[in-house]
Amino acid sequence: MSSYRLTKGGLVDRNAPLSFTFDGRPLRGFAGDTLASALLANGRMLVGRSFKYHRPRGILTAGAAEPNALVTIGRGGRTEPNTRATMQELYEGLEAQSQNRWPSLEFDVGALNGLLSPFLGAGFYYKTFMWPAPLWEKFYEPVIRKAAGLGKASYESDPDAYEKSWAHCDLLVIGAGPTGLAAALTAGRAGARVILVDEGALPGGSLLFDTATIDGKAAADFARDASAELQSMPNVRLMMRTTAFGWYDGNVFGAVERVQKHVRDPARQLVVERLWRIVARHALLASGAEERPLVFGGNDRPGVMMASAMRTYLNRYGVAPGRATAIFTTDDSGYALARDLEAAHVDVVAIVDSRSSAGVDYRGKARLIREAVVCGTKGRKAISAIEVHRGGQTETIAVDALAMAGGFSPIIHLACHRGGKPAWSAEKAAFLAPDGLNGLDLAGAAAATTDLAACLAEGAARSQAIVTAFGLSCPPVVLPKVEGDEGTHDSKPLWSIPGVKGKAFVDFQNDVHLKDIGLAVSEGYSHVELAKRYTTNGMATDQGKLSNVNAIGLIAKARGVSPAEVGTTTFRPFYTPVSFGALTGAHTGHHFQPVRKSPLHDWAKKHGAVFVETGLWYRSSWFPRNGEQTWRESVDREVLNVRQNAGLCDVSMLGKIEISGSDAAEFLNRVYCNAFLKLPVGRARYGLMLREDGMIYDDGTTSRLEENRFFMTTTTAYAAGVMNHLEFCAQALWPELDVRLASITDQWAQMAIAGPKARTILQRIVDEDISDAAFPFLAAREVSLFGGALHGCLFQISFSGELAYELAVPAGYGESVADALMEAGRDHGIMPYGVETLSVLRIEKGHVTHNEINGTVVPADLGFGKMVSASKPDFIGKAMLQREGLAASDRPQLVGVVPLDPKQSFRSGSHVLAKGAAATLESDQGYVTSSAYSPHIGSTIALALVKNGSSRHGEEVVVWNGLHGESTPARLCNPVFFDPQNERLHV
Amino acid sequence: MASLVPCPHCGQRPKEEFTIKGAALARPAADADAVDWFDYVYLRDNPRGAYEEYWHHTSGCRRWIVVTRDTVTHEVAASRDAADRARSEART
Repeated sequence: MSSYRLTKGGLVDRNAPLSFTFDGRPLRGFAGDTLASALLANGRMLVGRSFKYHRPRGILTAGAAEPNALVTIGRGGRTEPNTRATMQELYEGLEAQSQNRWPSLEFDVGALNGLLSPFLGAGFYYKTFMWPAPLWEKFYEPVIRKAAGLGKASYESDPDAYEKSWAHCDLLVIGAGPTGLAAALTAGRAGARVILVDEGALPGGSLLFDTATIDGKAAADFARDASAELQSMPNVRLMMRTTAFGWYDGNVFGAVERVQKHVRDPARQLVVERLWRIVARHALLASGAEERPLVFGGNDRPGVMMASAMRTYLNRYGVAPGRATAIFTTDDSGYALARDLEAAHVDVVAIVDSRSSAGVDYRGKARLIREAVVCGTKGRKAISAIEVHRGGQTETIAVDALAMAGGFSPIIHLACHRGGKPAWSAEKAAFLAPDGLNGLDLAGAAAATTDLAACLAEGAARSQAIVTAFGLSCPPVVLPKVEGDEGTHDSKPLWSIPGVKGKAFVDFQNDVHLKDIGLAVSEGYSHVELAKRYTTNGMATDQGKLSNVNAIGLIAKARGVSPAEVGTTTFRPFYTPVSFGALTGAHTGHHFQPVRKSPLHDWAKKHGAVFVETGLWYRSSWFPRNGEQTWRESVDREVLNVRQNAGLCDVSMLGKIEISGSDAAEFLNRVYCNAFLKLPVGRARYGLMLREDGMIYDDGTTSRLEENRFFMTTTTAYAAGVMNHLEFCAQALWPELDVRLASITDQWAQMAIAGPKARTILQRIVDEDISDAAFPFLAAREVSLFGGALHGCLFQISFSGELAYELAVPAGYGESVADALMEAGRDHGIMPYGVETLSVLRIEKGHVTHNEINGTVVPADLGFGKMVSASKPDFIGKAMLQREGLAASDRPQLVGVVPLDPKQSFRSGSHVLAKGAAATLESDQGYVTSSAYSPHIGSTIALALVKNGSSRHGEEVVVWNGLHGESTPARLCNPVFFDPQNERLHV
Repeated sequence: MASLVPCPHCGQRPKEEFTIKGAALARPAADADAVDWFDYVYLRDNPRGAYEEYWHHTSGCRRWIVVTRDTVTHEVAASRDAADRARSEART
């Protein structure tokens, strides 16, 4: 195919050729091309297949609204499907693939869908695939999804880096067209901090294809000089290839900067995309206007293009759209295109103007057909002729390209992102931004201002008003002189076209055509939001940039009302698609979330620990030894060893909070339901913390190290929550109390030493006497270690039921101290144990964790009723705990459960049924909260919350798991399975 | 939801630094009527317009603040330290 590239003109660099491939075929373009302009220059009219009917499609626009020319760029992990060819800058070696076709773009089997089109109208799948219902998931949906498609994402991981960043400015200008440049220059010269963003590669917007002159300079040169001046100002930041995609609360704008999407090999040290949040004191939306397609038959045939796009390809990229072009216009912009085409020696066969007169005096060679419309096109994979309808007559004219100029709609998306509804202006024949915007103004074509001089003036004036309001003095604005601008006056929307032949597309990307809109209205879906969903108009990835206003106009016409009455659908971010990479930023792989490792992690690792993730923590789960085949063997050994000798367990991840101040004891007295005021110095106490509704929130021990200094421990899972809660109590509820809180979880390595030999072992490193008389159960004191070499905190507390201590030492010494304890305990049989063993030991003792403290239980339910202080005037949860229902006898209460047959087992979460009751949830008596195999009992043992459970010890029940179809005869019992008299605490 | 929350100690900060607790209600006295406690723990107004909420500057200064936020526009009209508010209410 011969070249459509003009020999001169445009902003491409003909001395810098680039090679690229499309569907594997090598092609050439120039630096400064987009993929779209390079394809057109190579005569590639057909670039894609449509979504539903697989119709051949070409390039329709030259910008962000492109619905047809979606291609897949790159390969492997860098595959980027659904890239708009009109936005993709060409680079050497670019690889592009067409989409939604099989086996090839030229011969696409899916095009058979076109023959089925009478059955594929709006709502077809609601009507067609209703029966038989089971076929929907298995057959209909997969087939439809395969047939109607976009590009495919890669399964390989993305090798590139992304990041997120904040920026702040006085004035954010969105769009670097004439309006935006004038605004940024004005504010920049006044000294304001300005950020100017634009989605394109070059600043200038419409100036890059406009033939007008500004101050005697070509428009593109004016843009180049203006941006050079902006770049020289230290207070101005010009961000190209950056799309402002959303306007959010607090005048924060979301923007995505494509840092390296225009190069083949991204530099490793740079990100490929950057997600910005821009905090602007004020913003000016200078996003321009979108030209509307005209809805005539075959308006989607390759070779049909928006008039402004054709002008862009011609003037900016030096590409002729064809050899024999026609222009279908409803405003004066079609004449500017005709003039430019003829100046470039491209034949204009006909100008079809829907109006009776134009605002410009056209003197070119083209045949001018007034009061006429294009009603249809001919051609297979590209347009070959147009059918012109005038005064009841239809005439066929051979062409190979057609421009359509349906008038302009201001691009107001961002201005509507915070809930404001656009307003229809009959005068401007356009939807304008909502009234009463705060912190955002619009100017230029985005505010329906059409001619170039007025856009420059408006950009400068708005900007001047904004920076003056900041108190900056603005140098007098000198407006440049514009010559040769033709503007687009007197555009009257032409919603529906008489004599339409064939499918007339409204939404190109979702294949919604004129009849679909009619069907929606006639079937009662004429509300704009219903019509959208019924027809899928505007629901494609282009979000209806080209189609929405036309659809509204057509609905209005069908209903016989004004577009104002139909209104728009809701505008939501993002303006254009944003990659998951940019939204994810650096939070991938190892950086997805922080990893918390205990100061004893390395100690556990060298003892062979198997780790389990609990929240962000890595906890040692068990410590397998040679010859152990299953985790249960390791855990049974660890459990038996703790009760026979001694074990060492890392408990550093328990939350630790230091509470100090002269009212610290009073504070604790109010946050725990049990009494703390009179806790003696040097003693620890188990505390229950309630929520205001009376349910238990968390538990743990708190020790009084000094009169006004306490050491609190929380559960691992609720460490952060308890800290937040205590801060709330101290700051918002009782600011009069003198209390200070510090999270010290990370400052201490804490280890439990449990078992009958714990004291003997510990005494070898602790300097003070820790005999039962000197350091009894619940003693808590600072101790000296290794002859005064180190100090730590020692607590005699026990979760296992054995004689046990917890020793806290400064985190950095944790591993050394654990090593020393292992050495000191070697002759006494000490072994490390993990959280699995910890769990078995505590279930054997009937100690609760958050399995039982699950937000539905009050202290009495767990047997802690007597702990609740009756004398304290107030504590969190006191008032609501008085509620009658919380003392009812059929409350779920903590109870033990064992299988009748020790060889049988059951799982946590299983339900408890009365013996003989039907296996239904109606006969549910409660559920198993924790279960484990106890080597001491020789069977599974479990804790459960069962109605009135504390009075039902000895009762035979059935443990039922409906999900797994399991049913196990069992007996309720005392939840303390081992050493119910607690004699082992004091050996 | 506001994108930025003004902390009386740290200035405008991204909302991701904060945790919201909900309506900034005054805690009833321990011996208050059961109805008052029920209101405090369970019942919430859903006003259109200004609403006072507790926010915690969790990833910042760790102070609890009372933010006055418009439920329609999401504009934040005021914020102050929760302790200051509690003290001033105690005086009235």
